[in-house]
Amino acid sequence: MEKEKHHIVPYKVYFYILIALITLTFMSIGITKINLGGYSVLGALVFSTIKSVLVLTWFMHLKFDQPFLRFMVGFVALLFFAIIFITFLDYYYR
Amino acid sequence: MQTAAQIPHDVSYLDYKGKYKGIFAWIFSTDHKRIALLYMFSMMTLFLVGVALGLAMKLELIAPGRTIMGPQSYNAVFTVHGVIMIFMIVIPGLPAVFGNFMLPIMIGAKDVAFPKLNLLSWYIYVLGALLVIASVLFGNGIPDTGWTFYAPYSFKTGTNLLPAIFGAFVLGFSSILTGLNFIVTIHRMRAPGMTWFKMPLFPWSLYGTAWIQLLATPVVGITLVLVSLERIFGIGVFDPTLGGDPVLYQHLFWIYSHPAVYVMILPAMGAISEIIPTFSQKHIFGYKAIIASTLAIAFVGYFVWGHHMFTSGMSGTAQYTFSILTFIVAIPSAIKVFNWISTMHKGSINPDIPFLWAVTFIFVFMIGGFSGLVLGALATNVYVHDTAFVVAHFHFIVFGGVGFAFFGAIHYWYPKMFGRMYDKAWAKMGWAFFTVGFLTLYSPMFYLGMMGMPRRYYDYLPEFHAANILSSLGSWVMAFGLVIVIINLFRSAKNGPIAPMDPWHGKTLEWTVPSPPPVENFDEIPVYGEKDGPYNY
Repeated sequence: MEKEKHHIVPYKVYFYILIALITLTFMSIGITKINLGGYSVLGALVFSTIKSVLVLTWFMHLKFDQPFLRFMVGFVALLFFAIIFITFLDYYYR
Repeated sequence: MQTAAQIPHDVSYLDYKGKYKGIFAWIFSTDHKRIALLYMFSMMTLFLVGVALGLAMKLELIAPGRTIMGPQSYNAVFTVHGVIMIFMIVIPGLPAVFGNFMLPIMIGAKDVAFPKLNLLSWYIYVLGALLVIASVLFGNGIPDTGWTFYAPYSFKTGTNLLPAIFGAFVLGFSSILTGLNFIVTIHRMRAPGMTWFKMPLFPWSLYGTAWIQLLATPVVGITLVLVSLERIFGIGVFDPTLGGDPVLYQHLFWIYSHPAVYVMILPAMGAISEIIPTFSQKHIFGYKAIIASTLAIAFVGYFVWGHHMFTSGMSGTAQYTFSILTFIVAIPSAIKVFNWISTMHKGSINPDIPFLWAVTFIFVFMIGGFSGLVLGALATNVYVHDTAFVVAHFHFIVFGGVGFAFFGAIHYWYPKMFGRMYDKAWAKMGWAFFTVGFLTLYSPMFYLGMMGMPRRYYDYLPEFHAANILSSLGSWVMAFGLVIVIINLFRSAKNGPIAPMDPWHGKTLEWTVPSPPPVENFDEIPVYGEKDGPYNY
């Protein structure tokens, strides 16, 4: 599209994100070694969320996309969190 | 390859001779209208199988004890009936048939955004259906879990469940791709000047539905993969003996399957929102309120799945949260009913066939809705859970809702789709038999459920006999009505009188193109002016 601005992301940004993703993966595994009870799942979800945001923002170029698309993705993420939250109303209070 | 410039504009999509001939002209066609008819004929075939299984169940229940089948056969019959009717008929139903046929025309487009993907969706649909059929014909016995494939039984049963699960998984892809296609089509291909709030309500309903198809279907796909892995490898996600949680299966299944109810019902409501103003010759009352209620149903519908699980051992906090949320989803549904009734008020009503189906839809849908309040309330749900009451409620909503809307829609758009008109006297007779049969079949189940008759049992206590006889008789009357409707429609497609371009005096764009429409719908893409709108009566 003519309106679309071209953007070039330096390789080093991709490299830093790769390092961050690998680190966060190890942290997701590491958190299972600590006994947080029911909150282990919450911890794992937090790490997964950060990883998803990194992938969406840079690898999938959401950072450079139209605000409307960012809103749509944000809305879907919100829906997903609401579903997880309601599901855990069962697990944490059972 | 034929270019757009070579496609003649005065040849209907039914008469168009392209590169392929015979059946190949259909199964290789990327024309949205031909794909819609492919879906319709596939679904009609499967629907008749599902109806035959339903009739067999009602015949079994005409008397206590064994009548025509034993318990294992009964379990298999209600499972296959459910899988066919839910995954192959009512979920794809209106979007795949009328969405495919009407959406591009109603928004002023030549086709959907991705025609080849559209054809692929149909291929996937057929593949999924064949897999389910394979589970019946081959292996160690017909699946017997019910259409919900509940854990732990789904990985314990010795029957041939894997192909059925895989079939449902594959069918999900068809649904996702159709949803994706519709979202892009609506965003990118509306006629110039057709702003969001000038778009007809049927495309709006398809838009809300498409988002559910796109976002919720992957959840059930993953869940079915997990059940398969549990069954093959014993991974321990749902198996309590391995530390798994069978209630988690129910959560995951219903996170999809409750929104799936809105995949079924939203397009049905959209079709009704087209029929009512046309046959009242009046602008739809509360156009924006109907749009808002469509989106509200699509959104809130995601958060009410737990009302299917009130007796599963879920926490009290979750139970009352789901109960409250369930009551909230009733509000936008009630807004729609209010708007339909208000549209009819002081309208110039033409009580023709599509209108009769539409008002009957409102009637049966309201019975289904009100009985849904009984099931949404915790205290009463526990009393009637897993009884015939649930079967009655479910069929009033799903069959009453989708079925009546589907038949309303086919009688409404039939002259446009086939360029012929059906016999109205036979159509009225079919509607009358079908409606009387439907009410006779399902109404006694409310009573039976309240009296304590459990569902999914091939046998029952003698005190339930009279109501079961009535219900079984109703099934025959309904089937008779169905036969009349289908034969009338089939006969008329070839022999019916030629239909005019706009037999109902509708105002949406499909009534501005010839009947049946040409291959690319419009000679020139229509342009919506400042004062144009879909319901300017």
